[in-house]
Amino acid sequence: MADPGGGAVCNGTLHNQSASDCHRGNCWKNGVVKESQQNGNSNFYKPFVESFEEAPLHVMVFTYLGYGIGTLFGYLRDFLRNSGIEKCNAAVEREEQKDFVPLYQNFENFYTRNLYMRIRDNWNRPICSAPGAVFDVMERVTDDYNWTFRFTGRIIKDVINMGSYNFLGLAAKYDESMRTVKEVLETYGLGVGSTRQEMGTLDKHKELEDLVAKFLNVEAAMVFGMGFATNSMNIPALVGKGCLILSDELNHASLVLGARLSGATIRIFKHNNMQSLEKLLRDAVIYGQPRTRRAWKKILILVEGIYSMEGSIVRLPDIVALKKKYKAYLYIDEAHSIGSVGPTGRGVVEFFGIDPRDIDVLMGTFTKSFGAAGGYLAGRKDLVDYLRTHSHSAAYATSMSPPVAEQIIRVMKLIMGLDGTTKGLQRVQQLAKNTRYFRQRLSQMGFIVYGNEESPVVPLLLYMPAKVAAFARHLLERKIGVVVVGFPATPLAEARARFCVSAAHTREMLDTVLEALDEMGDLLDVKYSRNRKSARPELYDEMSFELED
Amino acid sequence: MATVAEQWVLVEMVQALYEAPAYHLILEGILILWIIRLLFSKTYKLQERSDLTLKEKEELIEEWQPEPLVPPVSKDHPALNYNIVSGPPSHNIVVNGKECINFASFNFLGLLDNPRLKAAALASLKKYGVGTCGPRGFYGTFDVHLDLEDRLAKFMKTEEAIIYSYGFATIASAIPAYSKRGDIVFVDKAACFAIQKGLQASRSDIKLFNHNDMDDLERLLKEQEIEDQKNPRKARVTRRFIIVEGLYMNTGTVCPLPELVKLKYKYKARIFLEESLSFGVLGEHGRGVTEHFGINIDDIDLISANMENSLASIGGFCCGRSFVIDHQRLSGQGYCFSASLPPLLAAAAIEALNIMEENPGIFAVLKEKCKRIHKALQGLQQYVNRELPDVQAGFRKGRRTRDPIANIHWIIEKAREFQKKHLFLLY
Repeated sequence: MADPGGGAVCNGTLHNQSASDCHRGNCWKNGVVKESQQNGNSNFYKPFVESFEEAPLHVMVFTYLGYGIGTLFGYLRDFLRNSGIEKCNAAVEREEQKDFVPLYQNFENFYTRNLYMRIRDNWNRPICSAPGAVFDVMERVTDDYNWTFRFTGRIIKDVINMGSYNFLGLAAKYDESMRTVKEVLETYGLGVGSTRQEMGTLDKHKELEDLVAKFLNVEAAMVFGMGFATNSMNIPALVGKGCLILSDELNHASLVLGARLSGATIRIFKHNNMQSLEKLLRDAVIYGQPRTRRAWKKILILVEGIYSMEGSIVRLPDIVALKKKYKAYLYIDEAHSIGSVGPTGRGVVEFFGIDPRDIDVLMGTFTKSFGAAGGYLAGRKDLVDYLRTHSHSAAYATSMSPPVAEQIIRVMKLIMGLDGTTKGLQRVQQLAKNTRYFRQRLSQMGFIVYGNEESPVVPLLLYMPAKVAAFARHLLERKIGVVVVGFPATPLAEARARFCVSAAHTREMLDTVLEALDEMGDLLDVKYSRNRKSARPELYDEMSFELED
Repeated sequence: MATVAEQWVLVEMVQALYEAPAYHLILEGILILWIIRLLFSKTYKLQERSDLTLKEKEELIEEWQPEPLVPPVSKDHPALNYNIVSGPPSHNIVVNGKECINFASFNFLGLLDNPRLKAAALASLKKYGVGTCGPRGFYGTFDVHLDLEDRLAKFMKTEEAIIYSYGFATIASAIPAYSKRGDIVFVDKAACFAIQKGLQASRSDIKLFNHNDMDDLERLLKEQEIEDQKNPRKARVTRRFIIVEGLYMNTGTVCPLPELVKLKYKYKARIFLEESLSFGVLGEHGRGVTEHFGINIDDIDLISANMENSLASIGGFCCGRSFVIDHQRLSGQGYCFSASLPPLLAAAAIEALNIMEENPGIFAVLKEKCKRIHKALQGLQQYVNRELPDVQAGFRKGRRTRDPIANIHWIIEKAREFQKKHLFLLY
């Protein structure tokens, strides 16, 4: 009865924790005991399992050694290029501007020229189909060791897509369900040509904002044309000089940029570490601003729902408790978690069963689970009103394109069940199943996988730069597309491959990928985990191992 | 043996004591007594250190009241009662239920409701869906994007172009990619908001010069040169940039580009040109202010524009030489950390470029119409409380008045009173 994830069908609305609030019109009572029936209420304890296993020592030594050798060769090649022995393939400054101050410091580009350039073919791979569960990659070859690429014209078809953020599998070719998008495109056109505060607010935007507010169970919402810009242009509107921002170590570049542009003081707490955050909060409230000792005007905590490079989920109940105790404000960026976690896909707030009114600012993007583009900010009505008037984006930046807005409306209705089917909910549940299966099999095989058990972002640690390149190239040959990340997006020694599980992946596709990963792991020797669980349960299900006589 | 040596030393010491002068002994005695006193006296604190007790800390935490997250906004703030547009934002626009003629959207070439664009976008929608689900580095690069970049580079006659998925983010990401802390940027005082945000993010030294005033800029550059001579080592590593807009959004004037290029070579600063409003408007073929003045495009280091005005799509692009543009592929924040442009918008932009290339006559038509409206509005100068620029880039931008359509309506009514002729920017 109290199990929200076990195939229960919600009729498109989120049953709120506080039964007294049903006059808002969203809660449905069906004549039975309320407490045990409410979805999203985590009366039962859900184990929060996150692991960030450390690699054995020899791996770290070899990783640094690898980088060291690469650097030495880099110096050698730079010397050869500068002295003219080797031909330089990089673009150069104009003749007329040779006596200007150089545009780039030589050292800044050292890493790019010598280390990144060697393995550059694993990134920016162009595709020529919709980024669904399988896609078509354009084949490209290089004649001069990755300085330039040339397209052969061939297309590698049906590559399994483990790289795109397609959590609910909604990024696909046109089919009949996208009919409304087509109609909106034909009526409204594409561009808007104006900002929100001038002529850019279409009725589509209003419809979308109302729907987003309903989806998240908050009072109001506002949408913007780009997810990155949502953060970088609205955080300065909320905090300014004399305020304090406490931001997680591993926050996304848009959050960091928004915090910097606001002019507030920024303090960083260790990733997902509640003791570190509490210490910072206590010190801030007790001692006030540095040197003047005046009280801070506001304290804003910036966290993300799911961190894209680690796959970890924020410890939301702890943060909400802390925020209430110290009267701080919470801004949560649900770029990856909206639509992908939670029993009905409403994000990390539902995952933990927390009342959305406890979070001050809910932010998210529509790029990942909704297969569109743009971002939103939701919360109380006075917050959204203030943003409508004071946000930089509303005054200076174009509003969202109408067909994109219609796509989001369509998808949101699908997830909420407002189109009358349970297809949306099935996708959310399929994603959860796929995630659990994939992560379980990977850790059984012996790979070091970071992050929370329930997060659909799965980073698999590779550590050594050469293995990173080999991994991506071999897998592309086997028609599996993966994303590998290295420095500077991750710490220097922790290069990784990052998989994004999708609801559109079938069990067969996942099995193909897992088999290929198994072989890759043995070939490249990346199975570093010391917690290998045996894949054969019959061995540890045995009650006794005595010889039978 | 040891005791003998000791004794010998002791004897020496005692002898020295007898032979020392009296004042020396007295001085040393006083010093020794002083040291003993200092050693045994209590330590002397400068001020009372107040370590808070736990109870006091808890009280402070209880007492502290932060400001509300957002200050209250009055109910009749104009932005709260925004105009809702139902239907497409084309030339005849339905605002709040009323039909109006649209003088407020940036639809310079009238391509917002062009059927060819819609067809191209539809074809792209059928093939790719809507979103790209990833940044450019991680399978978010579609062949449409590469096509658009190629076409833009060819159209502007530069080596390379790079696309961003949002117009505002284009210049706001391009500036911090090149100009860092310690570099010097000369900016016009009337620069648009996106440029200001880009400068703020770059943390460089900003020097403002009066709007379109080349003498003021030259004065600043000369001052900088004098500074450089005082510290040549530092001058060798600080980069200098001049950032101007082709057509200023805040005032509607065109920048004097030939003088700027002269200043560039004289004082060795690089020019970044922001052509959001002049791309597709100025110039014989719509290539912007460089074509308008007939300047070699290689003289400008970076041209940044957004596709939301003339190209009737969404997004922005930067173009220039590969040496300059390629750097943004790894260090442009809005490029690396953000999802790529939805392919249907890119396909529409390509189609718009096709239209621009096929009939270059529309730019002359636009120029003609601007001149006519300008002349018509000149007569009403007394009623317009801002000076109208008399360059041909005429479209009235109302940043200071938040309601351009209301303004135009008011002017048209006033003009009807005086029976002036009005010609609309119809296409």
